[in-house]
Amino acid sequence: MPEKADSGSRGAWFPPWFWPSFAAPATLWLLLLFVVPFYVILSIAFGDIDPIFLTPTPVYSPLRWDFGPFRDLVSAIFTSGSIYRNAFAHTLVFVSVASVLCVVIGYPVAYFIAKHAGRFKALFLVLFLAPFWISYMMRMLAWINLLQPNGYVNRIFESLGLIDAPIYWLNGKPVTVILGLTYGYVPFMILPLFATLDRIPTSMLEASRDLGAGSVQVFRRVTLPMSRQGILAGLVIVALPMFGDYFTTTLLAGTRNTAMIGNLILTATQSSLVRTGASLVLILLALLIVPMLYYLRATQRAQELFAA
Amino acid sequence: MSTREKPPEPHGAAASLRVGDWLRNPWGRPRFLWVVAIAYMAWSLLPVAIAVLFSFNATRSLTSWQGFSTEWYVGNVSSVWDDPVLRGALAQSLKLATLTVAIAVPLGVTFALALDRWRGRGSGTANFVMLFSFITPEIAIGVALFLFFVQLAEGIGPGFVAQLMGLSMFMMAYPVIVVRARLLSIGKEYEEAAMDLGASPLESLRRVLLPLLAPAILASVVIVFAASIDNFVISQQLSIGANTQTVPILIYSSARRGPLPSLNALASLTLFASTLLIAIGAFAYRRHTREQRASRPA
Repeated sequence: MPEKADSGSRGAWFPPWFWPSFAAPATLWLLLLFVVPFYVILSIAFGDIDPIFLTPTPVYSPLRWDFGPFRDLVSAIFTSGSIYRNAFAHTLVFVSVASVLCVVIGYPVAYFIAKHAGRFKALFLVLFLAPFWISYMMRMLAWINLLQPNGYVNRIFESLGLIDAPIYWLNGKPVTVILGLTYGYVPFMILPLFATLDRIPTSMLEASRDLGAGSVQVFRRVTLPMSRQGILAGLVIVALPMFGDYFTTTLLAGTRNTAMIGNLILTATQSSLVRTGASLVLILLALLIVPMLYYLRATQRAQELFAA
Repeated sequence: MSTREKPPEPHGAAASLRVGDWLRNPWGRPRFLWVVAIAYMAWSLLPVAIAVLFSFNATRSLTSWQGFSTEWYVGNVSSVWDDPVLRGALAQSLKLATLTVAIAVPLGVTFALALDRWRGRGSGTANFVMLFSFITPEIAIGVALFLFFVQLAEGIGPGFVAQLMGLSMFMMAYPVIVVRARLLSIGKEYEEAAMDLGASPLESLRRVLLPLLAPAILASVVIVFAASIDNFVISQQLSIGANTQTVPILIYSSARRGPLPSLNALASLTLFASTLLIAIGAFAYRRHTREQRASRPA
């Protein structure tokens, strides 16, 4: 077994307890602050409620878990007209539209930086990485300033003659939420797209042109298939946090009509519906488990690629 | 494969001459892509630039420019320096980010070393859990930590210590990923050579491996600091009132309530702080790697 031989040869250098002891503090931290808190969520979602104070009492033994309230919640999500159903529907629509917009905006930009920026490549890279260290809240604050009734957006529209009266962008407009989400997350889309497009050798694109393909064909039959992994990775990277986003819609819309799953979870856990909140977290994770595992697998593959 | 006729090039009418030009010769100057990229950069950065600009406005307006002033940074009663709420949030953010770096980076670096050198049964599971914590949507982690500190760890409870613990767990993944990448490119030869020459394990670690890892550790410090100072979800979930209010939490709670330019000033200050730190980090990183390259025989 190679593993054993490996550790044997290394035993000559380091005592066997040496490296495992390095993993201990971080493992302990992960157990205490990640694994155990998730167990608490399970224990509350499937736990009891104090009959007098209506506070949740977690049940830590899985044998005594009660799945009834959880099942009721799931069926409420499928009942038309319930606030749960509405929030799930909003979230799905907002996230899908914003993710597609991220690809539509991010792809040409990533393609440009990877293939055409030339000697300005470094400059463009720095500029497009800038949003990563500008706080998300500040980027939203910037748009709140611009979208005020007397802000620059309305003033520009008015001077162009597009509108007569100021538009109240920040009063529960789904358009504003979608644009906010797109603005907030598009840098996370450009990064994996750039990494993929940058790896496509330019000589291959030139070869397909030499063989008679038009530029549309080169894009459709070479560039696009070769960047499919990047698009998929980008979609997962932007969609995962968007599904849990509650601050963008609160800041840019702030009404019940634009509430997302995240808003439901928070209002529930901060009120007396803690058990509902915990269950909603579990439902959100169940919804996202496939993209999460894909992302996990991709990250692991990247690690293995480094090792090879 | 059937022989394909070369399709006629799509012709742009006079109106779309530029697009047509570009489609006919994409290896020339791709004007269309230049326009898209520059428009994107403007859309992405101008709003923030305007927000920074208005932090220097001479009046309390956030929508019309009235002249340059630094009163919202210091001087005015509601400036960042003079308003205890704003100054407190800034101090709280810096404190939380610094202490998070101090916990998350050592934990992450030792974990990366262990994962790289110890391929035992537990290491795969530990790595899996770590990566999972990294990709889980933050709201789930935030709620889980909040319920944990309310229900199980009541002795600590939500507050600054909880914020620090939660954030340092969440941020640990960055140093692990960065340092592991570096470890894989270094290999084991250097420390084994050191031990051949009589160094003890700890000595070889301290005098050979750690200096080689310095750029990766430096990069981790910068990334964790910048990410912590901007963190919102976990910090907000575990915050209780004004004493644990960081800059992003304050922006979130006051952005819609007719804020003053001092809020823009506060946001700008954290932006300046991260930019400065990243600039210093990039400079040190380049100097360090250049020295290493220079000292290594070609």
